[in-house]
Amino acid sequence: MREITLSQAVNEALAEEMRRDPTTFIMGEDVAEAGTPFKVLSGLVEEFGTERVIDTPIAEPGFMGMAVGAAMTGARPIVDLMFGDFIFLIMDQLCNQAAKTHYMSGGKLTVPLVLRTNLGATRRSAAQHSQSLQALVAHIPGLKVALPSSAYEAKGLMKTAIRDNNPVVIFEDKLMYQDKAPVPEEEYLIPFGEANVKRTGSDITLIGTSSMVQVAEKAAEILAAEGISAEVIDPRTIVPLDEATLIESVKKTSRAIVIDEGHQSFGVTSEIASRLNEKAFYHLDAPVLRMGAMDVPVPFSPALEDLTVPTPESVAAAARKLCGGEMIHAA
Amino acid sequence: MAEAKHNTEDYLRMYRQMVRIRTFEDNANQLYLSAKMPGLTHMYSGEEAVAVGICEALTDDDRITSTHRGHGHCVAKGAEFKEMFCELLGKEEGYCRGKGGSMHIADQSHGNLGANAIVGGSMGIATGSALRAKLLGSNDVTVCFFGDGATAQGLLYEVMNMAALWNLPVIYACENNGYSEYTKTEEIAAGSITARAEAFGIEAYQVDGQDVLAVNALTERLVDRARKGEGPFFIELMTYRYHGHHVGDINREYYRSKDEEKDWKENRDPIIRFRAHLVSEGIATEEEIDAINAEIEKDASDAVAYALDAPYPDPSEVDMHVYAD
Repeated sequence: MREITLSQAVNEALAEEMRRDPTTFIMGEDVAEAGTPFKVLSGLVEEFGTERVIDTPIAEPGFMGMAVGAAMTGARPIVDLMFGDFIFLIMDQLCNQAAKTHYMSGGKLTVPLVLRTNLGATRRSAAQHSQSLQALVAHIPGLKVALPSSAYEAKGLMKTAIRDNNPVVIFEDKLMYQDKAPVPEEEYLIPFGEANVKRTGSDITLIGTSSMVQVAEKAAEILAAEGISAEVIDPRTIVPLDEATLIESVKKTSRAIVIDEGHQSFGVTSEIASRLNEKAFYHLDAPVLRMGAMDVPVPFSPALEDLTVPTPESVAAAARKLCGGEMIHAA
Repeated sequence: MAEAKHNTEDYLRMYRQMVRIRTFEDNANQLYLSAKMPGLTHMYSGEEAVAVGICEALTDDDRITSTHRGHGHCVAKGAEFKEMFCELLGKEEGYCRGKGGSMHIADQSHGNLGANAIVGGSMGIATGSALRAKLLGSNDVTVCFFGDGATAQGLLYEVMNMAALWNLPVIYACENNGYSEYTKTEEIAAGSITARAEAFGIEAYQVDGQDVLAVNALTERLVDRARKGEGPFFIELMTYRYHGHHVGDINREYYRSKDEEKDWKENRDPIIRFRAHLVSEGIATEEEIDAINAEIEKDASDAVAYALDAPYPDPSEVDMHVYAD
């Protein structure tokens, strides 16, 4: 199978859906001729024109609000938010307007829009261009949240997001844009709420999201060399969350670590760990561990920044402790 | 009064719609005061000529976005009393199945995209609706209602910039009722409100919001031009809110005098003025107008009685409509 970059995969998904559905359009900062700073959208304006690939002023609340209105009245906007950190600028339009309109109208109005943005530290971009804010939006009912972990997921989830009748936030890992993965030539979609078991194992379940899927897979390789069999699962969407697959795995392995690049406190890892505790408690041989980013603003200095996110080594070390029984009396 | 529509039927419909709004609000206020309505609400009384003058220039395909003070826009855009009162009382047959209430009432069958409880919260939505119209080649126009208080929100300037850059068919209708909640507009708004729109190259007008014909004539002209791609436009409508910021805002003398309220109600009331015009022009007799008023009052009290007796939503609805299929 051919291999393409995550960036190309997103680009293909957008182009295919824009060809299929004339009500779709892209809006955001420097999305047209510039193709975004990450060059993910390069070439789209040449095919679809500036009418459907719209460069906006630097006014995130404004263009996010406009996307909500366009979506409510029959279009399917795809909003490009240059950095995930800018979500704080659009919170009212995303969380008070887009997320609640369907419910508040008793199901009469729908808001089919996609907000594509990114996450991920270790790019030396400091505290306002490095956050992973998926927990923030996953907290709000009415929003769906997808976290692609490779080019394959990025394409399949994007196509599903564009066809979904709800506001969907997709976080791409900005460090992964140039990473290649096998992506079929023929069309495919990845349904929301279906986790992907990336690797089967029997001793421990490593649940990783987005950038942390690779970390979990590398940790599993380290552990395999030591005779520990780790199962790796990528939920792919956290709203909706495929609880059944996660619980089934934990019932089998009896141990789990949840790894996500958002801050650990009150985060995605906490939520998933709680659900496993509530629904697989009697199957657990050890507490479910959370491994998120440190609860500090992302520092600029490489010497500090690299300390803030989970690594294959830190995940493997934690897994070793869990499997060795060291965590049972940790409390 | 300014001249706009010339057809007797149009004149009477505008009168009727203004009275329907006033009557709706009087009933809503009573429901609140008698503790039959959950929550609170914001009365539109006094501002009827604004909603009616504008909405009478629109078709059902044209969209509006409304505000927390939104009952007037909802009625003017064609909504029915029964579904509106049901919504205010949280009943299943309400426009939003009781999930929105007064501050989120929407009626998309008549193009009302909904009230909004965030001041200025719908400016993006209205402008986006206009962007959609342009992109998909629809001929509809969107009117964005908001108050003078909302002109302090930055979102307005972001979206007016884009609307002007892209010639979007949107009309920004600023209902200047003199007060931003409990504070005089002059204390929260520096300079001229219309000049802010003009800074973006948007044609801006100020109009007497108590003169339904003046509002209607101006809006008809601007809607027509917006359909031809000459938008956006901005209208500042000078009006007055008879009640407090919300129904519980009873003692208002610390921010405005009773004399001021009396002056607006007695000398500038949009319904009294239009009624006098209808009679003096021979469009309707006093008796005919009294009959219209009585009929509307009966409609309202019937709708209130219906809504009070109507069932609440089934508990199973609580987690319905979080996501669309």
